[in-house]
Amino acid sequence: MATDLRGRLGQAELPNPILTASGCAGAGRELAQFFDVSKIGAIVTKSVLLAPRAGRPTPRMAETPSGMLNSIGLQGPGIEAFLQRDLPWLLSRGARTVVSIAGGTVDEFAELAGRLSDAAGVTAIEVNISCPNVEHRGQVFACYPGAAAAVIDAVRGRTRYEIPVFAKLSPDVTDIAEIARACVSAGADGLSLINTLLGMAIDVDMMRPVLAGTTGGLSGPAIRPVAVRCIWQVREALPDVPIIGMGGVRTGRDALELILAGASLVSVGTTIFHDPSACIRIVRELEEELTQRGIERLSDAVGLAHEPRGAARRKLTGNVL
Amino acid sequence: MTRGEAEPETGPVQVRGTVLTVRRVDAYHAMTVVAPGIAARFRPGQFVTLAVGGPATSMLTRRAFSIHDVRPDHGGTVEFVFAATGAGTRWLAERRARDVLDITGPLGRPFPVPRDPVSCLLVGGGYGSAPLFSLANRLRDRRCSVDFLLGASTGDRVFGALTARRTGRTATITTEDGSLGARGVVTDMLGQVIHEARTDVIYACGPMPMLRQVTSLARRYDIPVQVAVEELMACGVGVCMTCVLPVTGTDGITRMVRSCVDGPVFRGEQVRWDDVGTIPFDAFGAPGWEPRPRRAAGVAQPERASTSGD
Repeated sequence: MATDLRGRLGQAELPNPILTASGCAGAGRELAQFFDVSKIGAIVTKSVLLAPRAGRPTPRMAETPSGMLNSIGLQGPGIEAFLQRDLPWLLSRGARTVVSIAGGTVDEFAELAGRLSDAAGVTAIEVNISCPNVEHRGQVFACYPGAAAAVIDAVRGRTRYEIPVFAKLSPDVTDIAEIARACVSAGADGLSLINTLLGMAIDVDMMRPVLAGTTGGLSGPAIRPVAVRCIWQVREALPDVPIIGMGGVRTGRDALELILAGASLVSVGTTIFHDPSACIRIVRELEEELTQRGIERLSDAVGLAHEPRGAARRKLTGNVL
Repeated sequence: MTRGEAEPETGPVQVRGTVLTVRRVDAYHAMTVVAPGIAARFRPGQFVTLAVGGPATSMLTRRAFSIHDVRPDHGGTVEFVFAATGAGTRWLAERRARDVLDITGPLGRPFPVPRDPVSCLLVGGGYGSAPLFSLANRLRDRRCSVDFLLGASTGDRVFGALTARRTGRTATITTEDGSLGARGVVTDMLGQVIHEARTDVIYACGPMPMLRQVTSLARRYDIPVQVAVEELMACGVGVCMTCVLPVTGTDGITRMVRSCVDGPVFRGEQVRWDDVGTIPFDAFGAPGWEPRPRRAAGVAQPERASTSGD
């Protein structure tokens, strides 16, 4: 019997749990040259801002062991161009769209949520709170429970009720469960774990930082254990809150690891740069991994690793043999 | 707009290509890979990207190489040239015939070619000259005359000197150590070659400082110049946003455009060479930038440059 890969995102049913990760797939158009964007769970867009933004100077990227650092600076055309050009295109291709939004103030986030609520084709909103708060000495929203909650509260208040709001959390905090609780209390319908880790590389020949922006976000398989840990901790603290897991997923087996930790959906990010058709391959691989383990429904695997050891073994031997 | 949208038949494909040959060419390596879909779609100036390091590689970003040549044998092969300078390119240099590689292409905008039979000067630095030879064939098909001006630090780093001499109407070589051709750099000879060849159009490919110089000299002679830029990229397909540079569109607005999908070929005078590596203050979306009233909802791609080099 075929494995049931279906996932849920608010009221929307997704054919499978594999999504793109924000900032790694543009708005889907480029990847449509390599696979049908309606065949994966959803496209998570590059973070959209209110105004056009040119981003940071180059070099913006440094390859690191099993990872990369990026310092793009949220380059993008702004919400107006997104609504005119990208969102209708995604809708026309039958893709489900999670719109990632970013801003420098609570009001900017709220306005973006309001604009998106008036548009057709938004399956969910993912709030990129790993942005500096320009009204508060550039402190990153995601690092302070109060600031994170203020953004989520404002976004939830301006978002149409049937569109779920996911808060995307930074792993660069002492207690991620505390931030998660604050976001959920403020109205987040789910959590996206994890954003990149802040990192830095120095060119030892030039004896200067590699990135023009000095520091950058570390992503790729190098950070997968951090993602697994964060998803695990948040699942322990908030077992009923849906989690979109992301961080270094390269294969169906990696996706399964995040699912077992508690993610019900999985985003694929940096691996897309390595393999533009990665998402569709990972859907196939994940199905094989589940079938091999005798798991008939994806939802049965979500958070399975939290069950006592004996329980998990019983479940598997019952079906595998 | 992506190419795939406007012209689906020319969009890139990702294939598992079998290595046919890897050979040393002076200081470089030339690799030929069987990839019929890429060969069929190729136009001069386009490039391929490869995953390096095998299935469990720790090197995540794809390596980009301009296509040197395509041939019809084995259903269609693609050849590219590279210098084994880093861990990824060294791994690539160690591949042997029948190894299988993850290769994507053809990517990027090709060189526009003139409608009329004009005098074309092809300028290359180092192995940046690799894409110029298939361009030369295409130009000759259009009854253009082709002159070459190639340079590098040393003689063994001038890629294709022999082919240039054999196939070009003229071929001028420069090396910094004087080991081949004239001592100096290509831009030392550019003015002289332009005069002698009565150049109508320049095509240039090589390091950014060379492209900047060639553009500046071409402007002085009022000759259109098409350059293929080399920027660090991770994906090559337009999603990672690392390979941007400031380019002024025909609407006069400077945008940070992706060299992988909006380039790698640009009109030289549209690239803001002095500002490469920065965000110019007047660039679309720069800090403090204000939209002009008449185009409040600008779109982050430049207007397409004229499709003709003449």
